[in-house]
Amino acid sequence: MDKPFRILIAKPGLDGHDRGAKVIVRALRDAGFEVIYTGIRQTPEMIATAAMQEDVDAVGLSLLSGAHLTLFPAICKELKKKGLKNILVLGGGIIPDEDVSVLKKAGIDRVFGPGTPLSSIVDYLKEKLPAR
Amino acid sequence: MRRGDHAAASRALSLVIDEDPLAEVLAKDFFKSSGTVQKLGVSGPPGAGKSTLTGRLIGDFRSLKLKVGILAVDPSSSISGGAFLGDRLRIMEHATDPGVFIRSLASRGMIGGLTHTIFGAIHVLEALGCDKIIVETVGTGQDEVDIASVVDTVLYVTTPAMGDEIQAMKAGAMEIGDVFVVNKADLAGKDKAVSDLKGALGLGQSAGQALKAWEPPVVATSALTGEGVAELAKTLESHWTHLQNSPEGRVRLKNQHATELRFWVHRHVVKNALDRVNDALLEALVARKTDPASAGRRLLSR
Repeated sequence: MDKPFRILIAKPGLDGHDRGAKVIVRALRDAGFEVIYTGIRQTPEMIATAAMQEDVDAVGLSLLSGAHLTLFPAICKELKKKGLKNILVLGGGIIPDEDVSVLKKAGIDRVFGPGTPLSSIVDYLKEKLPAR
Repeated sequence: MRRGDHAAASRALSLVIDEDPLAEVLAKDFFKSSGTVQKLGVSGPPGAGKSTLTGRLIGDFRSLKLKVGILAVDPSSSISGGAFLGDRLRIMEHATDPGVFIRSLASRGMIGGLTHTIFGAIHVLEALGCDKIIVETVGTGQDEVDIASVVDTVLYVTTPAMGDEIQAMKAGAMEIGDVFVVNKADLAGKDKAVSDLKGALGLGQSAGQALKAWEPPVVATSALTGEGVAELAKTLESHWTHLQNSPEGRVRLKNQHATELRFWVHRHVVKNALDRVNDALLEALVARKTDPASAGRRLLSR
């Protein structure tokens, strides 16, 4: 059996809306991933610690509050501080197109906005993860 | 890792759970220092509050400055092979405490509430220097008893809604608890549940059974409010003292090694044989060209 990839889905900051994150968790579980969910209202340090202890291959961040320009780069920084340079970091939620390039510079590998088919996220992970 | 490096422990755990050949090399070293700290198993039906109670226990251990390692097992999907590992989110209040290490494990096809690599994972946490190790099982039914031969002290967690004395008299999971916990004591029915459990546990000595040196106590807790958690922690400690001061400690350790050996043989002999079952073999069975016993012997002899 191939080893399943491990993904952490996290909800940073003061945003309690996690229906979207749960949809992603469920879709990834059904696509054969081992998914860990942090729950809501996590600090960047909590998310990075969870990623380190769980030794995940990717982290998916979901944020609908508008604080992504602050929180996503802060999380990328914490991950690097913990020596986790090889983790794929994905963002999702309500993120305006013009912010995507800023986030990419900060270390987010890909942003999936509203309306993204679940299969695109699964396909992206299945394509990117084996090479890492 | 022996200096307490969490990132190193995390990498070692990945080698163990992915059954990397390197893990076996590491295990030779880890095994030498194993078996000296108390391993606690938290078992019980889904939704009884095992994870939340584990979180409370971590808080109690941390107030004593003990380093705690947690292995939380959740089921893998038999359909996709994936898993949703949801125990960690109930313990997030300890997320950034450097004295706490939490790892979520998927059962990866094993029935019985655990995963094949659980012993290897425990040995990593022992080598990391944890003072207490908590293994939380998959939510169990009536028949998952493997945990009893993996850890030193089994907490069996139920709730006031678990049923009556008759339920508690059944064989299986109810036989393996060293400490019984009626969690959700904030709900109605706590006193009846505690007395039902005590009633079932106190039905006396069965013929041919040795006198029990340890009578499993029943503790009521509320993981929600924290009620009873300090008493539970004290009870767990006294069980550990009991094991260290009686022959049972050694008996348990031998039993654990027997189980670890059993898991190893299962992975290296049974699983290897079963991995060779292919469609051609199944076709031969359908066509009655061979029979299961003959096919089985051939698989094992190869």
